[in-house]
Amino acid sequence: MHKDQTLGEYLHAHGVSRRGFLKFCSATASLMALPPSAIAQVAEALAAARRPSVIWLSFQECTGCTESLTRSHAPTVESLIFDAISLDYHHTLQAAAGEGAEAARMAAMEENEGSYLLVVDGSIPLANPGYSTIAGISNLDMLKETAANAAAVIAVGTCAAFGGLPHANPNPTGAVSVSDIITDKPIINVSGCPPIPVVITGVLAHFLTFGTIPELDELGRPAAFFGQNIHDRCYRRPFYERGKFAHTFDDEGARKGWCLYELGCKGPTTYNACATLKWNEGTSYPIGSGHGCLGCSEPDFWDHGSFYTPIAAGLWGSREALIGAAAAGAAIGVGSALAARARKKKTQANEEATSS
Amino acid sequence: MTLLDFARGPALQWSLIILVFGVMWRIIGALLIMAKKDLSKPRRKTMLRDGLKTIATRSLPEHQFEKRIRFQHLSGYAWHIALFISVLFFAPHIMFFESVLGFGWPHLPNPVILGTAAVSLAILLALLIRRASHPVQRLISNVDDYISILVVIVPLITGILAFAHVGARYETLLAIHLLSVEALFVWFPFGKLMHTALTFPSRFDAGASFGRKGVKA
Repeated sequence: MHKDQTLGEYLHAHGVSRRGFLKFCSATASLMALPPSAIAQVAEALAAARRPSVIWLSFQECTGCTESLTRSHAPTVESLIFDAISLDYHHTLQAAAGEGAEAARMAAMEENEGSYLLVVDGSIPLANPGYSTIAGISNLDMLKETAANAAAVIAVGTCAAFGGLPHANPNPTGAVSVSDIITDKPIINVSGCPPIPVVITGVLAHFLTFGTIPELDELGRPAAFFGQNIHDRCYRRPFYERGKFAHTFDDEGARKGWCLYELGCKGPTTYNACATLKWNEGTSYPIGSGHGCLGCSEPDFWDHGSFYTPIAAGLWGSREALIGAAAAGAAIGVGSALAARARKKKTQANEEATSS
Repeated sequence: MTLLDFARGPALQWSLIILVFGVMWRIIGALLIMAKKDLSKPRRKTMLRDGLKTIATRSLPEHQFEKRIRFQHLSGYAWHIALFISVLFFAPHIMFFESVLGFGWPHLPNPVILGTAAVSLAILLALLIRRASHPVQRLISNVDDYISILVVIVPLITGILAFAHVGARYETLLAIHLLSVEALFVWFPFGKLMHTALTFPSRFDAGASFGRKGVKA
């Protein structure tokens, strides 16, 4: 897509019909919880949008987020929109290497000062800048430098949004999230390990349409996608209501598709759109495939105990402490009984002495 | 640490430590105080039977008061039984017990539990209102009574809200429910809730004592 070409012209040139485009706009408006009257505005704004410059920085991450976004399924309108942005810098996807790559980043920052979008995946290590560097530049320095003139920052994946796996106890690299460092720019957290691709396109579409970031929840995530927990939208919810649970991954309950709460499903405490948008062209999602939700879009999801421990179960320390408490209680009980007997004996002796 | 992590972790650990410590203290202390030296020859040698008989007879209303205390008696049984069913046979509760005890047991369907919890809560609220409004009951009630009722009512309310996902996010409701149960654990050994552990031993002891003395009761 040429820089001067609008998105509408680009999509039309690639065989996307007006009907298909409006269908996407309707779906996007619906996903973002916009009223039907906004569909026309979305379509108009998207069709006229010039491709924005996007700089994508990857720090302490596993590339799962990029894999999710680029290999999710066959090209669709969403992927064409991805093609339609000017992805000026992306470690995994760019052809340039070494100084050429860094020059591309610097050029994009200079040409689009104040208007480019910065996408970050991965957490930033603070314990030692040498833990993660790119072209000899620490993640911290690169983030600060690149974010300085960005219009907004999109923290893609739980590592960038909340620290993720690198942040897990004991956090050896001192990993932090983007919002722990950048405090003067609008930040949209698109959490998930990895996040749902359509959420990214939805956020981009919103930005292209309105030039603003969408409504966010208290964790900085787009409320339209992260506003409800997975449990409330789960197709297995009726089985929870009826108290029908799978006890193991291969028992009768599991085969019948009963609720996975007992197997540690974190759906009730996880806010994401997996149960409605699903993955692989809406085919399925973890619960649909027979595994409980890991809660991957929530902060510190690695540190909430075993993935296979029910939410209702305790995360407490040791039974030895209880045995110690029982022994101490018994000892105090014996002591207090002996003291009571001694007091009684003394009282009786006093009474006998008084009466005699 | 989130509120739910706190409720499932340190708060649970410490409340259980206090519960176990306090219960052991009270039970061992009571058992040792109950053990008295015989100063006379026992009148009967059937103290076990007398003890068990007294447990049974004291669990039924006294004949001469039967009509007057029928409501309180039956409602007392009803809410206790409903509460025990709700506590012991709700699937997530069994998962909780399993995490503490290391073993679980079969559960009842959720609608049954919701019903028993609602019955238990309704009766308990009615009895609380009666206690607060009835002149005699109000006179014989102290702070311990009201705290003990409160620490049972609050987990019932928060439990129903958590089950129904009403009022707040599920994790918040679950955390508040767990914290309210943990408050019950902490209060349990030091207030009148300890009757749960001491009612039957004390009735047995009274019956056995009557039997030894030849008292028919």
